[in-house]
Amino acid sequence: MAIRDRLSGNEAVAHALKQIGPDVMAAFPITPSTEIPQYFSAYASNGEVDTEFVAVESEHSALSACVGVAASGGRAVTATSSCGLALMWEMLYVASSMRLPIVLAVVNRALTGPININNDHSDSMGARDSGWIQLYAENNQEVYDNTIMAYRIGEHPDVKLPVMACQDGFITSHGIENIELLESDKVTSFIGTFNPDVRLLNPKHPVSMGPYSNASYYMEWKCQQAYAMKQAKQVILDISKEYANISGREYGLFEEYKMEDAERAIVIIGSSAGTAKATVDSLREKGEKVGLIKIRVFRPFPMDELAKALGHVKAVAVMDKAESFSACGGPLFAETRSACYGIPNAPKMINYVYGLGGRDVHVGCIAHVYSDLEKIIKTGDIGETYRHLSVRE
Amino acid sequence: MKNDYVPIANFNELAGWKEIFPAGAVCEGGTAQLFNTGDWRTMIPSYAEEKCKHCMLCVPACPDASIPIKDGKRQDFDFKHCKGCGVCYKVCPFGAITLGKEDK
Repeated sequence: MAIRDRLSGNEAVAHALKQIGPDVMAAFPITPSTEIPQYFSAYASNGEVDTEFVAVESEHSALSACVGVAASGGRAVTATSSCGLALMWEMLYVASSMRLPIVLAVVNRALTGPININNDHSDSMGARDSGWIQLYAENNQEVYDNTIMAYRIGEHPDVKLPVMACQDGFITSHGIENIELLESDKVTSFIGTFNPDVRLLNPKHPVSMGPYSNASYYMEWKCQQAYAMKQAKQVILDISKEYANISGREYGLFEEYKMEDAERAIVIIGSSAGTAKATVDSLREKGEKVGLIKIRVFRPFPMDELAKALGHVKAVAVMDKAESFSACGGPLFAETRSACYGIPNAPKMINYVYGLGGRDVHVGCIAHVYSDLEKIIKTGDIGETYRHLSVRE
Repeated sequence: MKNDYVPIANFNELAGWKEIFPAGAVCEGGTAQLFNTGDWRTMIPSYAEEKCKHCMLCVPACPDASIPIKDGKRQDFDFKHCKGCGVCYKVCPFGAITLGKEDK
């Protein structure tokens, strides 16, 4: 029987990691992810896990240590937020290009400046092109489930890529929710063992990993990485299905909420999807045909699937919890609109940048977006595509 | 693509991206031997066998392991790997190694 508990998102990650038992956690504290290594180091010092906990001097070192562990054939984990992720930047690319299935628990927080500790997605969205798989969670249950699935996805022989399991800082990381945990033996058998053939600590077969590559080989290796990311899409679906068999909880690349007959839709990532679902419910009660799509997997980007899911909708608002300063919209907007380019009767599409630095997002905010979409359908005029939500004029 | 060891023989500039080592891992040891790193140098050492006492001072001094030994005696330079740095020339007490410009 599954175990009912009430945990914060950070506790959920720490608990999942306790059940997984990685070989090494190397981490450096930063708000709001600090609790993950904090809880986990207690498990380590109490002997509840065999994991080696490495208290490093920076996030750059944390991910460097994880690279060493994973290259040696061990399971590595770290956790970070905001500027901590920014300090990992160089090693993000090293980890993904060396094809090391490290798991990084990202607790999303705004990047400085101005300095701010609250939630938005600017940290992990900035890292969207670093070659990491990115899973996003709406609530604590999804945080727990994604953390467990992350190892299986990253370690799959067709993939071999590092995975960020992201959640919204404070909103889920510090918010306590009812949650259903798996029995530890179920997690153990689901996770299995990690035995990469090519690893540094194999005295029978010496290897050099991460060597210099000149122009004659660099592109071939980048092509391998790109191919792995393409393969990851099916692997994520397969592993999610396998996970559904033991948990009863089904996950895809994204979740469609009341989309069957929807004329207006929003595309959104993370905890605000919960608020948006409440908005959809209340508008549906008034007979409005509204729906939403919540992106779970941002890397690889579910481009074809998203185009199919939005094909019948008249107007779409893409919600970005990150600025990209492209002067024409956020990253989710750019990719969603690109996904819909060329489909017959493509929906009219606008972008809302919202919730930056913890700016509150409530039902009224989302209702405002749906009413903007209604105006667009009525008038046929999209107007400004790049908008900011709940900002003082 | 499988996580198998790819033989070093597959490592060449004609190999496609599916054939070369996954993630650039070099799956054998001592592979530097297979690469001709001595294809250019500015200075070149030459070895006068009649002056050589086979004291072996030059052998460990060579940063590129380009002085082979056979049956306890040093052999001529391995010019596939010698970069002409001149360290051997400096350490030889018997003037058995000279250093000159390489003629090309």
